[in-house]
Amino acid sequence: MNELSSVDRPNSYIGRSVPRPNAKRLVAGRGQYVDDLRLPRMVHVAFLRSPHAHARILSIDSAAARAAPGVVRVVTGAEMAEVCTPWVGVLHHLKGLKSAPQHALAVDRACWQGEPVVAVVARTRAEAEDAVGLVEVAWGELPATVDMEAALAEGTPVIHPALGDNLAFMREHVGGEPDACFADAESVVVQATFHTGRHTGVCLEGRAILADYNPAEGRLTAYHSNQAPHMMQTVFAKHLGLREGDVRVICRDVGGSYGIKVHVYPDEMATAALSKILGRPVKFSADRMEGMVSDIHARDHRIAARAAVTKDGVITAMEIDDLTGIGPYSVYPRTSAVEGNQVVNLCGGPYALRGYKARTTVVFQNKTPTCQYRAVGHPIATTVTEGLVDLAAEAIGMDPAELRRRNLLADDVYPFKNHANLSFEGLSHQACLTKLLAMMDYEALKAERDALRAKGVYRGIGIASFIELTNPSPFMYGIGGARISAMDGATVRLDPDGSVAIASGVTEQGQGTEAMLAQIVAGAVGVDIARVRVTTGDTETTPYGGGTWASRGAGIGGEAALQAGHALREQILVIAGAMLQAAPEALDVRGGAVVDRATGAERLPLEELGRIVYFRGDTLPKDLPRELVATRHYTPKDYPFAFTNGAQASYLEVDVETGFVTLLKHWCVEDCGTVINPMLVDEQIRGGVVQGLGGALLEHCVYSPEGQLLSGSLADYLLPMSGEMPDIQVAHVETPTKESALGAKGAGEAGTAGAPAAVQNAINDALRPFGARVFAQPFTPARILTALGKI
Amino acid sequence: MKPAPFAYARATTLAEVFDLLETHGDSARLLAGGQSLVAALNLRLASPSVLLDINGVAALRGISFADGRLRIGALTRHAELGADPLVAQHAPLLAQAVPHIAHAAIRNRGTIGGSLALADPAAELPACILALEAVLVLASREGERRVAARDFFQGLYQTALRGDEVLAAVEIASQADVPCTLQELARRHGDYAIVGLAAQSARGALRLAWFGVGATPLRTPRAEAALAAGDVAGAQAALAGELDPPEDLHGPPALRLHLARVLLGRAAAALKGH
Ligand SMILES: Cc1cc2nc3c(=O)[nH]c(=O)nc-3n(C[C@H](O)[C@H](O)[C@H](O)COP(=O)(O)OP(=O)(O)OC[C@H]3O[C@@H](n4cnc5c(N)ncnc54)[C@H](O)[C@@H]3O)c2cc1C
Repeated sequence: MNELSSVDRPNSYIGRSVPRPNAKRLVAGRGQYVDDLRLPRMVHVAFLRSPHAHARILSIDSAAARAAPGVVRVVTGAEMAEVCTPWVGVLHHLKGLKSAPQHALAVDRACWQGEPVVAVVARTRAEAEDAVGLVEVAWGELPATVDMEAALAEGTPVIHPALGDNLAFMREHVGGEPDACFADAESVVVQATFHTGRHTGVCLEGRAILADYNPAEGRLTAYHSNQAPHMMQTVFAKHLGLREGDVRVICRDVGGSYGIKVHVYPDEMATAALSKILGRPVKFSADRMEGMVSDIHARDHRIAARAAVTKDGVITAMEIDDLTGIGPYSVYPRTSAVEGNQVVNLCGGPYALRGYKARTTVVFQNKTPTCQYRAVGHPIATTVTEGLVDLAAEAIGMDPAELRRRNLLADDVYPFKNHANLSFEGLSHQACLTKLLAMMDYEALKAERDALRAKGVYRGIGIASFIELTNPSPFMYGIGGARISAMDGATVRLDPDGSVAIASGVTEQGQGTEAMLAQIVAGAVGVDIARVRVTTGDTETTPYGGGTWASRGAGIGGEAALQAGHALREQILVIAGAMLQAAPEALDVRGGAVVDRATGAERLPLEELGRIVYFRGDTLPKDLPRELVATRHYTPKDYPFAFTNGAQASYLEVDVETGFVTLLKHWCVEDCGTVINPMLVDEQIRGGVVQGLGGALLEHCVYSPEGQLLSGSLADYLLPMSGEMPDIQVAHVETPTKESALGAKGAGEAGTAGAPAAVQNAINDALRPFGARVFAQPFTPARILTALGKI
Repeated sequence: MKPAPFAYARATTLAEVFDLLETHGDSARLLAGGQSLVAALNLRLASPSVLLDINGVAALRGISFADGRLRIGALTRHAELGADPLVAQHAPLLAQAVPHIAHAAIRNRGTIGGSLALADPAAELPACILALEAVLVLASREGERRVAARDFFQGLYQTALRGDEVLAAVEIASQADVPCTLQELARRHGDYAIVGLAAQSARGALRLAWFGVGATPLRTPRAEAALAAGDVAGAQAALAGELDPPEDLHGPPALRLHLARVLLGRAAAALKGH
């Protein structure tokens, strides 16, 4: 029998659509989300939030609130500051980034509508809310800096006078020879100004934390709806004056996160501090209304961009000037400069340019803080890049797919470093585009579009190629001084009944992390997946790790699990060899039993091996190692990031009388390296695409000139719903990373990265007969009708 | 958010409802399907001290037809309205409207009485009632009074209902075999319309009732006259003088006016093709 590779072993589940082990429990309503948890003596907190975008807190009268039924404690910012120290969201490697100290409760000034100001703790959340209504705050309204375009202008109020101005961060990058490309008389220059609307990631489960400080042992246990338990362990310890080892963060079931639940929120910090103050468990569960003004927002960018293209179809250079408003503070600890920084890194990424120039200007304003949300910067960069490519195609009269084919990086140039200084180990732009065009039957679709156009039906086709940053190394946060692990560990253990337990530092928020881990470990050890149990999200019982964000769960957590699983198998084989008087190399573990490697004949079930090791160790040779548990860690070392790539296409119809867009079909071909579970990957892609489509067409945090969020409920903040979503067809090209044995890269953000650009290009294709174009998301009926000159 | 504390009372007869209204006065609110009221409570936009649940009052239920008139009880759920054969026959405009209202779960609870009493200017049923020139039956201890639809909607969320009254039913003269159409534009299916039009032919005349364009559902008599005379463009032009739509997150007034013209054209085509 031939040697089996690690992925085609008999118990390999790699590449199989195994159902998630936790799905039945969650669907049966037996999940344990933070709000399901009840602890003895638990109380609830509700927050009085600033009704103003910018206002001085002149005085707070909480006498009536303190006397209200059920109220346990009312805490103001000044009192809170004695227990919880402020934080500043900066990182050293983002040079020049500045921010002001931010408190868990605003101390004498509120800087955005929704900032928590007073905490009211009561027996029930309803009683806490009743009492919040009784707190009297005397406000001294201050002029608000709302419009990011004016943030740096003379006369605009500086939000934090100590910082000197409203500039949080600026970065300029020049690679190659952009100026020469733009100066070339033979080239055509196209340009546009793009707006990506401010939006937010709406999780099914809102943010929630149940903090339980036990004064008897001086330890805090936080049950937290969060993506990064170890990061939060550090943060709680640091700001509440505890040792890291005295903080335990438990993230059980988490109902969606999208990057929203990987940041430090003042209300959550306040809840942990309140538990310390009161010495009892305190629960905070953000409702939808407060979530809309306090969950991080994202993507509020204006990008002026241009590209140079030769008349025969070589895109030579791109230049972008990005402006983004991030609210009054850079969010801790990942900072709010990362999104703008990513825009600088990612624009033009799929293409072989000769020159690239980019700048981002990140400014403070009195709006909800922004930070990293699914596909950080990617949808922005892809919208700009692919919008320019379509303009270039139109300018030189070339088919947009053909222009991409000519300019996308060739599939054999890797390793490759581009003019933004990104290093690509191996990408497959050409293969993805080829597959995409075949899948959508591009030529037939164009013919259909053209035939319908003649009948007054305006359909458009839009294509978008993209790159996606996954598997981040310490270069993402660690080098900037943040205690955010780029390494993850997995511990794999064989129990006496032959079952396998795995504990991993990456976390599950609904995307199927635990299914992925179970699949990998079942195969690596050689047991049926039904015999594998997975624990994630507990700083006390899992190896240290970063959690799940930036599409790192499978690529990093999965590799650690694979290595740990292999190590456990080796341990099993050494013990089995002694028991069976065979060479370990002549044995294997398959189907939950030790087998003869050559014939596959069963020699010893794992439960028998477990029985002997754990209960009759006396019968084994004295010097035989008996470890049936192995821990392995993994962190990417060769490349700062494992880039992936893909291409998407949208086919849609614009009703040119109403400006309404009907999505007809969407395609995505992406390359996340080894596909571990096709169903999970496809659903990640689809979910990501839908989030991208939401941003492109519907979702928008709209503010009044005074800084009031006008789209503050789900009646006005329009989420994409299944009825309006098109069929989304997904396919893959697999270019495994050679850094790991598993070869997996990330897939969590690909869908979101490319969808808005594909829609933008499709709308503009549909509008082409009218010479109308839209570049401001969301592409609403009003904007489309304005472009058409109808309103 | 959690609602402010409130008491709850369930009535099974109209007499009980009147007693409870008398006892609690303005601090009480009637609870029908709860699809608008409960949301308002949760948002603390409303904080009545008592909810009077009328779901058990048999006199408010049922759909019947007699003497050329259709009577629809106030507690008729949207889903029942959409599935009822008498409604389909005598007031097909209502049946056409139902699929546009919210989502299945909400249609299973929400009632026509609740929708009309709430009088959301962007809701379908108030405009349909106006286009159908229906009569609303308002009941109080003194007895019933009948109010024409055009007199019922008085302002933003304001109706002719008095504090001691319950909307008991709507009565509609049969529109069997008369063309009608409901047109609306909403960003997502089930959302309140940006602009909507309930159009009902009426033996030589035409009634156009708009929703989403003002504080109440609105008729546009000049556009009606032009359209009845076959002048679609004239009707569209007349709208500029008859509609004064608000600006909101969907866009400027010009957006709604433009969309209203488009809907008018579509309604004219639909009525013609009927
Ligand atoms: C997500 C969502 C989307 C929606 N979309 C739409 C939509 O697209 N179109 C639309 O038209 N509606 C929509 N609705 C509202 C829905 O149709 C409601 O059912 C309706 O507006 C109110 O009916 P109800 O029976 O639920 O009334 P309730 O919520 O019970 O009551 C509403 C008000 O009417 C009063 N009331 C109720 N019955 C009577 C009566 N018989 N006499 C006097 N006063 C009474 C109550 O006191 C209360 O003030 C939506 C609702 C939701 C939650």
